[in-house]
Amino acid sequence: MNNTSEKSTPSILDRSRIVLAHGGGGQLTDQLISEVILPRLGNETLNELDDAALLDSGRLAMTIDSYVVDPWQFPGGDIGRLAVCGTVNDLAVSGAKPLGIAMGMILTEGFAKRDLETILDSIQQAATEADVRIVTGDTKVIPGDGIFITTAGVGLREPSIKLATRYIQPGDKIIINRPIAEHGLTVMLAREMPDMQTVLKTDAAPLNGLIDNLLNAIPDDGVKFLRDATRSGIAGVTTDIATNTGYHVMLQETDIPVDAHVEHAADMLGLDVLEVANEGVVVAVVKADVADKAVSVMRQHPYGRQACVIGEVQDTRDGVCEITTVIGGRRIVHKPYGEQLPRIC
Amino acid sequence: MSNHLAQSQHWLKALNESASQLADDQHAKFMEVCGTHTMAAFRCGLHSLTPDNVTLLSGPGCPVCVTAQGDIDQIIKLAEIDGATICTYGDMIRVPGQSSSLERARSEGADVRVVYSTMDAVKLAQKHPEKQVVFAAVGFETTAPATAAAIKLAAKLKLENFTVLASHKWVMPAMMALLASGDIDIDGFLLPGHVSVIIGTEAFRPIVDQYNLPCVVSGFEDFQMTQGLARLTQQVVAGKAELVNDYPQVVKPGGNPTALALLDEIYDTCDASWRGLGVIPGSGMMLKSEFDQFNAAKRFNLDFIDTPEPAGCLCGDVIKGMATPAQCKLFGKACTPINPIGPCMVSSEGTCQAWFKYNRIAKPQLQEVPA
Repeated sequence: MNNTSEKSTPSILDRSRIVLAHGGGGQLTDQLISEVILPRLGNETLNELDDAALLDSGRLAMTIDSYVVDPWQFPGGDIGRLAVCGTVNDLAVSGAKPLGIAMGMILTEGFAKRDLETILDSIQQAATEADVRIVTGDTKVIPGDGIFITTAGVGLREPSIKLATRYIQPGDKIIINRPIAEHGLTVMLAREMPDMQTVLKTDAAPLNGLIDNLLNAIPDDGVKFLRDATRSGIAGVTTDIATNTGYHVMLQETDIPVDAHVEHAADMLGLDVLEVANEGVVVAVVKADVADKAVSVMRQHPYGRQACVIGEVQDTRDGVCEITTVIGGRRIVHKPYGEQLPRIC
Repeated sequence: MSNHLAQSQHWLKALNESASQLADDQHAKFMEVCGTHTMAAFRCGLHSLTPDNVTLLSGPGCPVCVTAQGDIDQIIKLAEIDGATICTYGDMIRVPGQSSSLERARSEGADVRVVYSTMDAVKLAQKHPEKQVVFAAVGFETTAPATAAAIKLAAKLKLENFTVLASHKWVMPAMMALLASGDIDIDGFLLPGHVSVIIGTEAFRPIVDQYNLPCVVSGFEDFQMTQGLARLTQQVVAGKAELVNDYPQVVKPGGNPTALALLDEIYDTCDASWRGLGVIPGSGMMLKSEFDQFNAAKRFNLDFIDTPEPAGCLCGDVIKGMATPAQCKLFGKACTPINPIGPCMVSSEGTCQAWFKYNRIAKPQLQEVPA
């Protein structure tokens, strides 16, 4: 049984075609980007793989995102709200103020006009809240089912703002603004168990106001890094921090706010709340001596009432993200694979 | 929540106290036989909290992991049939067969759906009479009743396009076979709470009577698992072997008569092939012949496929508790969650994936188990 070399056991999952998980924002997405996309399209700006590209010596930020959520409407929001919030947040975590959004819509034949109107109203509402306008767009119709939206955003920023994992140092604190995993579980329940009554709703929100307050209140590069924890959840961001900095990231499970309903839903579906998508959660890495202030600034904003420190960067050079569990045990946190699959029992 | 934390701390203290009373050269090894226990233990970091002379091993409890390679190949073959829609639980999607997986088959055009309940598959068949909907059913006594209920519903609805490819298993025969083989060296079982709900605590009595091993039925919360480990260690220290039900809120001595009657109505007990354990007499559930019209193997004339296990893969030994994942030379190198070779790495309940995801790759006290 043991006498065969590992080379003779090729993985049958050698993927010659795209699978769903390639679009999940997890390990498989990383692999697709590094092995297929960057070798062909890579350049010094794209290679940064940040939420937004910095242009014109850092005065301009540009980002793009596509939205394919199914169902298009779910408790607390819809694809329109997501399409605005996601792009605004990608600009905000780059330190940019959103200037304008370009929107491409792919509609399918037979899609109800009334539903389209609902989505457009929702886009306008979110844009007003984020103080940004849709400034150009494109519409196509194809056979099929549903609606797909792509939004690109351009923002202006102070070129002196330094936000990147390379500024992170041991001792820095990791902060989040609100309870996690609500968006992913809301959508999953709406998709898989539409008849189920639930109090869960998406957390989708434009975070530019909150982030603006934070960057204004904490000067002198006290804020090192910001990222909205969308697909792959908190785990995706904290493992990226560990991998990119090479330092040990230590999280405290007891400090991570999780709504009780969210916890039950995650248990029922066999999902780890750390890996579930958010659309209104920002992870901030700040200097230890400004952590309390950062938390209190966030808490003054409606989208940051439950802000708290959830962990820190430590001086061990292993690039590993670990969590101390509620009962004091320790375990490693990994970047999710990509497609969230519920467990059997 | 804080009450549970206090209870966890109480039982961890009790576990440490009992462990300190073990003989100097004594190392208590307990086995759980439930994927949910495997996951829960790793997720709460239980292994990092157990004393050095107490180890919790994972046995044949992950439904995907114990499914024979040939059964998996059969499901993939079904997925490739034109017009067939395969419904299955999420964990099955990425399990590698000999030359493909359902994930890959899906990317090549097969219609493969993840369902959360067997009823979703029945509904799909109802909605799409033009499709042949096959539910690929795996799992133990916990998921078998749901499959049985789906078959009953399909019969009532007179569905002609719904079938089940069932490889359900009874866990107890596997535990007894493992003990009879002498291949394992353990001091007690942390018994699966969910399975016990169905079959009852008394079903496990032969383990205590014939092998003189302590058994504790446990739930899945941190405080319940720490309690289970403490109570097992206490029995070892006291030289006792008792069957204890620490999950009495939901587990009864005789199990759930309704569920058991349902199993009896739909399935005959048969021999079944387990990964790593081989064929175990009386460990499988096959659809009774009166339900042949719902049996995918019959409807599609599927032959049994006898596929060898992947070369170099130690999943079989891992399932038996004879090897830790770290002892497999594929582990963490050729075989990772993103590119799994064996089923224990692909299932989120599998020991290898749990080790990879939640454990340090080389943890000293867990490597003491003999290969």
